[in-house]
Amino acid sequence: MSDSDRVVTVPIGPQHPALKEPESFMVDLRGEKIDAVRMRFGYNHRGIEKGCEQRSYTQDLYLVERVCGICSYSHSTAFVQAVEEIAGLELPRRAKYIRTIIAELERVHSHLLWLGVAGHEIGFDTLLMYTWRDREQVMILLARLTGNRVNYGMNTVGGVRRDIAPEMIPEILKVVDSLEERTKYYINLAQSEQTVIQRLSGVGKLTKEDALLLGTVGPTARASGVDRDTRRDDPYAAYPEVSFKVITDTHCDVYGRTVVRLGELLESFSIVRQLIKNIPDGPIAIKAPRRIPEGEAVSRYEAPRGEDVHYVRGNGSEKPERVKVRAPTLANTQSVSKMLEDGYLADLPIVIAAIDPCFSCTDRMVSLRDDEAKEGRAMSWEEVSRYGVEWHKARGIDFSRVRIPGGAGE
Amino acid sequence: MNALRDLLRILVFPGMIFLVVMGMAGQYVDRKLYARLQNRVGPPWYQPVADLFKLLGKESVIPEEADRGMFRIAPVFALAAVITAFLYIPLWNTAPVLSFQGDLVVVLYLLLIPTLTFFLGGWYSRSIFSTLGAVRSITQLFAYEIPLLIALLSPALLANTWSIAGMAQYYGEHPYRWLFNLVGFGVALVTLLGKLERVPFDAPEAETEIVAGSFTEYSGRHLAFFRLAIDSEAIASSSLLAAVFLPFGLWLPWWLGVPIYLAKVAGILAVLALLRTVFARLRMDQMINFCWRYVAPIAFLQVIIDLVIKEFF
Repeated sequence: MSDSDRVVTVPIGPQHPALKEPESFMVDLRGEKIDAVRMRFGYNHRGIEKGCEQRSYTQDLYLVERVCGICSYSHSTAFVQAVEEIAGLELPRRAKYIRTIIAELERVHSHLLWLGVAGHEIGFDTLLMYTWRDREQVMILLARLTGNRVNYGMNTVGGVRRDIAPEMIPEILKVVDSLEERTKYYINLAQSEQTVIQRLSGVGKLTKEDALLLGTVGPTARASGVDRDTRRDDPYAAYPEVSFKVITDTHCDVYGRTVVRLGELLESFSIVRQLIKNIPDGPIAIKAPRRIPEGEAVSRYEAPRGEDVHYVRGNGSEKPERVKVRAPTLANTQSVSKMLEDGYLADLPIVIAAIDPCFSCTDRMVSLRDDEAKEGRAMSWEEVSRYGVEWHKARGIDFSRVRIPGGAGE
Repeated sequence: MNALRDLLRILVFPGMIFLVVMGMAGQYVDRKLYARLQNRVGPPWYQPVADLFKLLGKESVIPEEADRGMFRIAPVFALAAVITAFLYIPLWNTAPVLSFQGDLVVVLYLLLIPTLTFFLGGWYSRSIFSTLGAVRSITQLFAYEIPLLIALLSPALLANTWSIAGMAQYYGEHPYRWLFNLVGFGVALVTLLGKLERVPFDAPEAETEIVAGSFTEYSGRHLAFFRLAIDSEAIASSSLLAAVFLPFGLWLPWWLGVPIYLAKVAGILAVLALLRTVFARLRMDQMINFCWRYVAPIAFLQVIIDLVIKEFF
């Protein structure tokens, strides 16, 4: 067929209805089959790491929480754990339990959200409407526990800011029971609904070797049979005191990723139940010093999307010297082009969605390049600041009198 | 006087205006049911009208590279074809506005034109998403059109006439014979989903892959006409299915016949809405596989059933 010789390039993104965030996939197509995919990120760089260096540890907590809108608690906990390690703080047990409860409830809402998005990507909007309705229960519960639906503001250096009142316990259990029943319904649906199975199985194949080679994390890796979970391998918070299974699957495709996430939902419900049963009495926070001593720490955290890594270096002042965030999506993006090999255009949205990407969280760096140059160019903070002032001045806005901390004006 | 009466029948009732009003009512039924089945509230009854007038009032952008003539004529052509087809379909009695021996084939042909205009409109938009959508539309056409054709022709085989009015006559004289055609009715319903490009056969306008397929570049009144054509097509095809597969209650007085006709169409629309609620979108290759491997043989089964009945009863 002459049609199959012609390569058509389809731009999926930076603006496209399939994508929730701006990122670019240039897809070369032969007929309906994918020939090659070129990915380009970096539309969402927000300078959070730099911002952290200019704020105190307490302020950073709220900034870091805003790295991600879905797994906000993951980032805030990963950061605060690193700070606590540098300061040598030992948390009260009740604080650890509360942190773990919120973390697992966050996983529940994130996985339910993913299930809905996956349904939408394969044109099954009914699943989206159902899961997001059910997800609302856990969102309301989180709002009742923490005061916010997202960006809970629950962590503080040395503990948590709100206690879980005894009268909230039955409410949590009620939501967990109701959602467990719904999850079982979705598991049944995933196992019996033919169009869903046809669209998910065999799509986005990633072998165990490739999953290891490309450094995938979280459900993406576990669906390829990689038995890895930070909650078990490097336990933090109250995870050493609960028992749970690490869900793995050997389908190695999008269907496997769905199975893993649904299984993890059931595990999360069981973890929350155990925590609530055994939650100890006591203080929820200890007093932490404003100045964090010199030192550095890496903190690992199993976010709903995979392992989240934060690195913090303190210099004895009340501001960190360096904060580095490695969001789980960064580890998983490399695998997408592998999964798309020999796939159909129709499968592209679901394959991308199956790593549960969060591109805004991933963008940590912008590389400046002159048009011709192959290599990137580094600019110091002063240079960037001066460049910005000049750029705006040329357009009639004068920012030169605005004092930016650490900027050119200082 | 006769010319004026014909003009009224073509333009107002049961022609253009009636069909358009029915189309919007049908869209409302579909959207409301779809929403309620998904546990949503759904739109108010006037939403389709509001959408239409809003689109009509919007600026219509034509891409620079597009073929202006084809781009503009495609939506109008689609609507015109559907309205013409509607004139040949008997609604609540056995007498359509126009009728001749062989009009069933003409109606099927006229109902094929909207899909062709989707292809042409998309193709001449020259945008990559439109082109892909257009190619998918036409590919899908080859998968569903033939089973649909066979399914609709087998009742005609039994009735020994190629006129829809004649078929209604036949099934009126032999009541309950239409029950033998239920297999074909099922095939027609499934293929109708393909014709109307609805889930699970909505790959030609799969939002998450190719934005809106053929309609990506359409806006304003051109899009409004396309949407109107699709809504009217839904009504015209449901009416055709009702006339061919559910030929009962056609001799009753109009005050009984009209509600029965409306109930039939609403029933078919409800089944279509239900089907699009419970399925995920199939890939192009899966869709074609499904149509040729399962739907087409079942349609042939209907032909065999009808031949056997004709021979022995």
